Amino acid sequence: MSEATITQTHWLARIYVTLKSGVVDPQGDTILGALRQLHFDSVAGVRMGKYLEVTLTAADDAAARATVEAMCTTLLANPVIERYTFEVAPVTS
Amino acid sequence: MKFGILVFPGTWSDRDWHHVLTRVLGHEAVYLWHGDRDLHDCDALIVPGGFAHGDYLRAGAIARFSPIMESVAQFAESGGLVLGSCNGFQILCEAGLLPGALRRNAGMAFRCEWVHLRVERTDTPFTSACEVGQVLRIPISHGEGNFYLDDAELESLEARRGVVLRYCDATGQVTAAANPNGSRNNIAGIINTRGNVMALMPHPERCCETVLGGTDGLPLCHSLTHALAASAR
Repeated sequence: MSEATITQTHWLARIYVTLKSGVVDPQGDTILGALRQLHFDSVAGVRMGKYLEVTLTAADDAAARATVEAMCTTLLANPVIERYTFEVAPVTS
Repeated sequence: MKFGILVFPGTWSDRDWHHVLTRVLGHEAVYLWHGDRDLHDCDALIVPGGFAHGDYLRAGAIARFSPIMESVAQFAESGGLVLGSCNGFQILCEAGLLPGALRRNAGMAFRCEWVHLRVERTDTPFTSACEVGQVLRIPISHGEGNFYLDDAELESLEARRGVVLRYCDATGQVTAAANPNGSRNNIAGIINTRGNVMALMPHPERCCETVLGGTDGLPLCHSLTHALAASAR
């Protein structure tokens, strides 16, 4: 098996979990207040979310995406209040 | 009458519940470790407060996948009585045994104080010893108790009388000022459709003896024991 093939089996998923629009975000509101207090007068709103980096092995892009999708729906996001997006990329280093 | 008290890494109200159930009320109670599956023939289950698994990711998000939770779900499915408090509420929501989610408190503060709760219904195994409209004084202690459901689901919860307790003032008025955490409709405690799984953010186990400043947790405990006694007959 070539080195290139081996590295292609490792993937990095960058996952963003954010509150659904309409769900009050006390953390974002507090940060907004702090920014305004620091005279960032142009700031119009802050929504705080979570960013996760998950490394995994998968046969190909589609398989990696399917696994990350399952991680998000099972554990990483709560569908009552959150939504998620993610991107996956092969780890080459 | 035998109670099972769930213990996760980070649970902190398990011993308070054990004290109340055994020493104050005179019943049998055992601890149920999160990694086990055996419910040891308990008649009712308590999911206590604390910070299971450090509340990492989201409160209750990791605890809901503990092996014991599969047994809890089966127990609830078979009609067993399950009462959650504080972190237990969060865990039961994450597990899908109750609807909704508990967000960070409005105003961000961790609120540790006495609150008043209005009893909305007494036709449940958890509130039968109360009176409708009765005001209970029970402490809260949480940073994420801000109950949320979207408009449609909130309407459906209210329509099926799923709300058991609401934050209110000392006279029973449900006001914004009496809401300690921003919960929608001042919701402090809810029950499932079947009526055998209930949870509340406050801590009834912390107020079952006069020396602790109040005994309004007792009516909830007595309701539960009455229900178990009735079902045993």
